[in-house]
Amino acid sequence: MKKYLYYPGCSLKGTGKAYEESLIPVFKTLDAELHEIDDWNCCGATAYMSVDELKAFALAARNLAIAEKEGGSDLVAPCAACYLVLSKAQQYMREYPSERHEVSEALKGVGLTYSDTIKVRHPLDVLINDIGLKEISSKVKKSLKGLKIAPYYGCQIVRPYATFDDQYNPTTMDDLIKACGAEVVYYPLKTRCCGGSLTGTIPEVGVRLAYILLREARKRGADMLVTACPLCQFNLDGYQDQMKRRYEEMSMPILYFTQILGLAFGIPAKELGFRRSIISANSALDMRGIVHV
Amino acid sequence: MTYKHMIKYEAECDPKFAEWVTEIVGGEKIRQCIQCGICSATCPLSLYMDYPPRKLIHLAKEGFKNEVLRSNTIWLCASCYSCTVECSKQIKVTDIMYALKRRAIEEGVFAKGIPIPVLAKEFYKMVRSEGRTTESWLVVIMLLKTNILKIFGMTTLGLNLLRTGRFSFLKDSIKRKDELKSLLDSLEEAPS
Amino acid sequence: MSEEIRVGVYVCHCGSNIAGIIDVKSVAEEASKYPNVVVSREYKYMCSDPGQALIQEDIKQHNLNRIVVASCSPLLHEHTFRNATEKGGVNPFLFQMVNLREHDSWVHEDKEKATKKAIALVRAAVRRVALHSALERKEVPINPDVLIVGGGIAGIHAALTLANAGKLVYLVEKEPTIGGHMAKFDKTFPTLDCAACILTPKMTQVRAHPNIRLWSYSEVAGVDGFVGNFRVKVKRKPRYVDEEACIGCLACIEACIYKEGKFPDEFNMGLSKRKPIYFPFPQAVPQLAVIDPETCIEFKTGKCKKTCVAACDRNAIDFTQKETIEEISVGTIILATGFKAFDASRMPEYGYGTLSNVYTALEIERLVNSSGPTAGEVVLKNGQHPKSVGIIHCVGSRDEKTNKWCSRVCCMYSLKLAHLLREHTGAEIYNFYIDMRAPGKGYEEFYDRLLQEDGTHFIRGRVAEVTDWAMTEEEEGRLVIRVEDTLAGFVRRIPCDMVVLSVGLEPTPDAQDVRRMFNISCSTEGFFLERHPKLAPVNTFTDGIFLAGTCQGPKDIPDTVAQAGAAAAEALALIDRGSIELEPNTAYVVEDKCSGCHTCIALCPYNAISYDEEKKVAQINEALCKGCGTCVAACPSSAIVQRLFEDAEILEEIEGVLL
Repeated sequence: MKKYLYYPGCSLKGTGKAYEESLIPVFKTLDAELHEIDDWNCCGATAYMSVDELKAFALAARNLAIAEKEGGSDLVAPCAACYLVLSKAQQYMREYPSERHEVSEALKGVGLTYSDTIKVRHPLDVLINDIGLKEISSKVKKSLKGLKIAPYYGCQIVRPYATFDDQYNPTTMDDLIKACGAEVVYYPLKTRCCGGSLTGTIPEVGVRLAYILLREARKRGADMLVTACPLCQFNLDGYQDQMKRRYEEMSMPILYFTQILGLAFGIPAKELGFRRSIISANSALDMRGIVHV
Repeated sequence: MTYKHMIKYEAECDPKFAEWVTEIVGGEKIRQCIQCGICSATCPLSLYMDYPPRKLIHLAKEGFKNEVLRSNTIWLCASCYSCTVECSKQIKVTDIMYALKRRAIEEGVFAKGIPIPVLAKEFYKMVRSEGRTTESWLVVIMLLKTNILKIFGMTTLGLNLLRTGRFSFLKDSIKRKDELKSLLDSLEEAPS
Repeated sequence: MSEEIRVGVYVCHCGSNIAGIIDVKSVAEEASKYPNVVVSREYKYMCSDPGQALIQEDIKQHNLNRIVVASCSPLLHEHTFRNATEKGGVNPFLFQMVNLREHDSWVHEDKEKATKKAIALVRAAVRRVALHSALERKEVPINPDVLIVGGGIAGIHAALTLANAGKLVYLVEKEPTIGGHMAKFDKTFPTLDCAACILTPKMTQVRAHPNIRLWSYSEVAGVDGFVGNFRVKVKRKPRYVDEEACIGCLACIEACIYKEGKFPDEFNMGLSKRKPIYFPFPQAVPQLAVIDPETCIEFKTGKCKKTCVAACDRNAIDFTQKETIEEISVGTIILATGFKAFDASRMPEYGYGTLSNVYTALEIERLVNSSGPTAGEVVLKNGQHPKSVGIIHCVGSRDEKTNKWCSRVCCMYSLKLAHLLREHTGAEIYNFYIDMRAPGKGYEEFYDRLLQEDGTHFIRGRVAEVTDWAMTEEEEGRLVIRVEDTLAGFVRRIPCDMVVLSVGLEPTPDAQDVRRMFNISCSTEGFFLERHPKLAPVNTFTDGIFLAGTCQGPKDIPDTVAQAGAAAAEALALIDRGSIELEPNTAYVVEDKCSGCHTCIALCPYNAISYDEEKKVAQINEALCKGCGTCVAACPSSAIVQRLFEDAEILEEIEGVLL
């Protein structure tokens, strides 16, 4: 039984619920336990860094310090933005010792210590490198054969730090899709920005970026996209209505990689948060004859 | 027909601003920029910016504080880090954008009609007091403070989110709120 | 020491450089009181003719046998004063110099303290010089033969220059033919001379020259010795073709059981295929076939019909050939090992190796060349001619992610390719550059010529990516270049059929191994290190070994040829002198004290120490020894002594300063 500390982040409790709902049963099937750390706070995402850098580091460091206190070594952060924010805070405090000192002192003031002993991990990293494709393939009960999936990684898990995958052509999700029996569609935009928070603040810019991604996926013959970031999922899924108004109807389901992995493991779709998708995946799955009760 | 008066006199440059830029964490190498343009070329947002990243770096180096802080460039940056990865001199362009965002908020200088500084400030306030963000409330406060009329464009999205259970008005917060507050406040004196 | 020590001390003013801070008069006065000092003077400019004459006169008049000059840095004038001493009839090593300028007057402001320091330094020198013994400079003969490693244009030119001067030259080239990179070019900038037309006459000259031993398909395996006396082992790889018998008729290649070429042709950059038995290129020198044991069936299975043997009416094919090691003795060595082009797959953004129709500049050289894989037809993978071509500058250069330096020739060869591609295809040509570097003779004019060409665009901006997804109708099915047109101020997407990557120049992958073998250094970039970047660009820090061409740094053909000539001249200067004198500040082993522990042998940075098996002691080769002192300090038995830096001399000096 592999044990990991778990940092869900605000999104996975809100708009990204389906990610957590599918992550936990998938990990359980693979004999890995996720233990949510106590009283974690928001990582700060991009917004906090826009207001105060040092406090943003402190925000991230509090979570790392809590993880330290709980006595683990690996902290799994599924949200790509949280993953980057925690990693970046760690990295910058290593490069700029004065910042580290200020943050450590502040944490000491509230009874926490920061010793930089935690390894921030992404579930893709854990699946491919800790658990391994062989083990994952062995748990596949219902092959997703016939399903054409475009893997969409987004920015934060490959830039600026490419720790567990190639920066220009990552393949961890591709491998997982293949392990499920589905077909990986050639998708050259797999690491292009989805627009981030601009879809909500400046829609004419943000929504267009998301639209370009879906348009290319459709061109390449994908039935659906699979993603590893809750904001990407939200942008690509939730704004299809705006895309319809501004450009054209897309009707492209967007799922988390944990959801298709769970489906392939034989876990019922309703236990994997499939109902959370705004654009339902039902018709795509039906078309390919994949059972998904 | 009115004509733009585009000559710049040296007195308009702010050398202190130029110096501040070089002291940004991550901006140490900004003077080495050779203006190759790869940052603008790779940036997926540069086509919307009034000054593409390359130009903004040059303006910042020269001390054109007004142009830099009033540009829409810094707010259009989605922090995708493509520029930082591609830069020929490995200048951390994204970090410079963050620092410029912070400076603009500090000085209250923004490009017209951009709601992002408001979002950032509200996010900041919410995290400080609750420790976590509740996306629904964040959006509502944002709309109230920027353009309430926008809410009409968001009804479909709002309904979809309610339908799929991704929308909750329950405020999410941590238990040890005071611990977080004192942690953040103890860093108040430190320069950002 | 039985003789009476008679010391002359000379304290120089050096104008006001020394005298402005140090009270030279009192230094000289103090010195006159020391034991053994017979004469003590101060003088305005000791290095001047009258200054030097002063020393010589005093030696005669006062019978001096030790000289101390307190002036500037020994690096500047030690040899001047040693010569003066020698001219006066005293051994030049019975001389000691004191640096009162760089070590005293130029670095201190307090006059009193500076003078006190000067007095101490001179006192130390006076005490030390009493212990000096007369030393002789060793003369070492220079072997007139020369080894040139590398048969590109640099090696070829140096070889011809030296051979014409009557010297015997060994030209060792690791490929089966000489010619290097230049043989692969189509035309050269800025004149658009055909590269092969200007190179091949020189190549045939090399073959025909009676003074050049051309050893192709060979590599240097080991180097021993020192300047004037190098012993080199050369590994001669087997061609499996008899060099004397083969006349290059190509019948064996015709007859090979492979009807068509199946293996990537190295000369054509992998764009065409060759058979296991092949000719590197039509004008190869030497004109000999060569068999590749990696791909030849006879080597793989031993069961080939060997149609090549049957076809050869000169019985030139010999599968039993073995690698041989030749040993040669040479006096000087010139390294002309060339460069390696940047591997464009290290820039995944540009799609080399993943997208079709993305080529490197060297591949394009072969495509446009009339004896290339397509006989000069520039075609895409689908056989059609490109309608637009994008040329991306600075691939792998001027970039912290890959190589920081500018590769110097890419702007110019990109312009050349722009011209040739336009000529061959009539396509729209887009040049993407950061700066246009055209520093040579006729280069800016060549740029001007290109600016005037139809359908040729110049866009200033470093390309971010070459992709295969389309935003508009016109981009469908084509390669799209995304770039900021920095001069216009907006981003552009330009669809191209073909993309050319102007790759930079890098050191060869084996540069570190080569430099270790020859005992020279590399710079941080990895190119061979010259002795001085401005004043000694072809010398190395190892006497007798010279550099020529791109192995020392990226450069164009005119500079390469100039360097080759310069290296040949440096070698000739040594050879014609016939011998060189070595400084005697070398170390020697006191055999009685040596316990044979081997400590010193591994420590010597110049590989000057060896172990004498018979006597069971360490032995120092005086000619290789540079007098660095490492072995002296390391010897646990204090068995190694260094001339001019013996323990007693140093201790006297220390005492003299501290007293």
